[in-house]
Amino acid sequence: MSMGQHISHRFDEDIEAVTSKVLMMGGVVHQQVERAVSALLTCDRVLAEKVIADDVKVNTLDVKIDEMCNRIIVTRQPTATDLRLVMAIIKATNDLERMGDEAKRIARQAIDISKRGVLPELFESIDQMAVRVKEMLNKSLDAFARKDIDAAFTVIGLDKKVDKDYENLTRQQITHMMEDPRKIHASMDLLWSARALERIGDRSCNICEYVIYLVQGKDVRHIDYKELEEHME
Amino acid sequence: MNNMMEVQNLSFTYKGAAEPSLKDISLPIQKNKVTALIGPSGCGKSTLLRGMNRIHDLYPGHQYDGAIQLLNKDGVGYTDILSLKKEAEMIRLRQRVGMIFQKPTPFPMTIHENIAYGLKLSGVKKRADIEEIVEKSLRDAALWTEVKERLGHDARGLSGGQQQRLCIARAIALKPEVILFDEPTSALDPISTLAIEEMISVLREDYSICIVTHNMQQAARISDYTGFMYLGEMIEFDQTDTIFMQPSVKQTEDYISGRFG
Repeated sequence: MSMGQHISHRFDEDIEAVTSKVLMMGGVVHQQVERAVSALLTCDRVLAEKVIADDVKVNTLDVKIDEMCNRIIVTRQPTATDLRLVMAIIKATNDLERMGDEAKRIARQAIDISKRGVLPELFESIDQMAVRVKEMLNKSLDAFARKDIDAAFTVIGLDKKVDKDYENLTRQQITHMMEDPRKIHASMDLLWSARALERIGDRSCNICEYVIYLVQGKDVRHIDYKELEEHME
Repeated sequence: MNNMMEVQNLSFTYKGAAEPSLKDISLPIQKNKVTALIGPSGCGKSTLLRGMNRIHDLYPGHQYDGAIQLLNKDGVGYTDILSLKKEAEMIRLRQRVGMIFQKPTPFPMTIHENIAYGLKLSGVKKRADIEEIVEKSLRDAALWTEVKERLGHDARGLSGGQQQRLCIARAIALKPEVILFDEPTSALDPISTLAIEEMISVLREDYSICIVTHNMQQAARISDYTGFMYLGEMIEFDQTDTIFMQPSVKQTEDYISGRFG
């Protein structure tokens, strides 16, 4: 999707500035998720604490982007694509901020698990899920940057796999908890982390829905996948 | 058809001009709705508006093609106002389709006379009737409380915004069915502008309104339908929300979002 330049050069600059801030925020969130998962898998308490401390970076960007959007609204009264872009940015930023919170949650579980020193079984199965979720987040940011609706649609498709991963992991952990009640705590921590990852996947999908809204003006939230598939065709 | 007026394939050429200023324009003016016309200077929106009560014809020699249908007074059937020829018919048309201009144009008379003058010309004789209509018109134009103590003062002593509302009161005193506004607030400050916008949204209940404006936020705020014109053509016409949030023609989007075409 290519739009011409605004007559006001400053408007283009404002839009560019806020868009790159969102991508920067996305980069920080991606790093937070990566570090949190890594801290969890390696029982690295120091890294987990760093993730918790760094959440403030995400929050600062969240506030900053809101301010920039407010400024654009008040000075430019955006319409059509510009309006949808500002709306999409405000909403995507909110999702990114919540993803940051999920990363923090995973880091907290990592600390709990490392304190207890008891590892749940099939610890590595969360790794596969984490790889997929990180891919979703990455691709959703990419789709946003390039305003690429096909890429956005692909990410939404990936969410099914993540949901499946989560389901499998839950089933496995339930089995382990029944077999060895001493590991219930650890398994619960792991499940909480898996749940956080699953939420990050969902929020990546949200970003992709905003991309479709931004480009096509069609609001595809709250419709099921089949309907979306038909729409994309 | 729920339209008060309907412009059908209208082309219009000013006297002596080589090119038409309006090309094949079609536009509905729905009953009790506000229709806004937007577009850059010279796109023909004022020309179109002025065709709708044939105010162009105060000077002869312009060329119209197509039709402008106006719902008959009894609500049954339409009359093509381009077929009107007699002066008396034109006067009646302009009573039914009133117009407010960019610059307030109070007559050099008292506030009261500004409104009573047109009434007397149109045959209202009884003093009590005139008083009643003067008050009602001023009330409808949201001006009554500000001027009721000084109806005998010269209208030119009013502020710009008040003068404009007086002109609106003067127009509605004649009980028009359609009111055409040609950039009614571009000479006014933001407060007077909001007062006029507020009034237009109330007037909509009794009149069908068409407004030409350069202020796109104004069009977005007060109108139900918006037409975007460019170089004498109607590029896009749709519900106002659609035009401002999701226009289907790129030219419209470029214009409303301030981009190079």
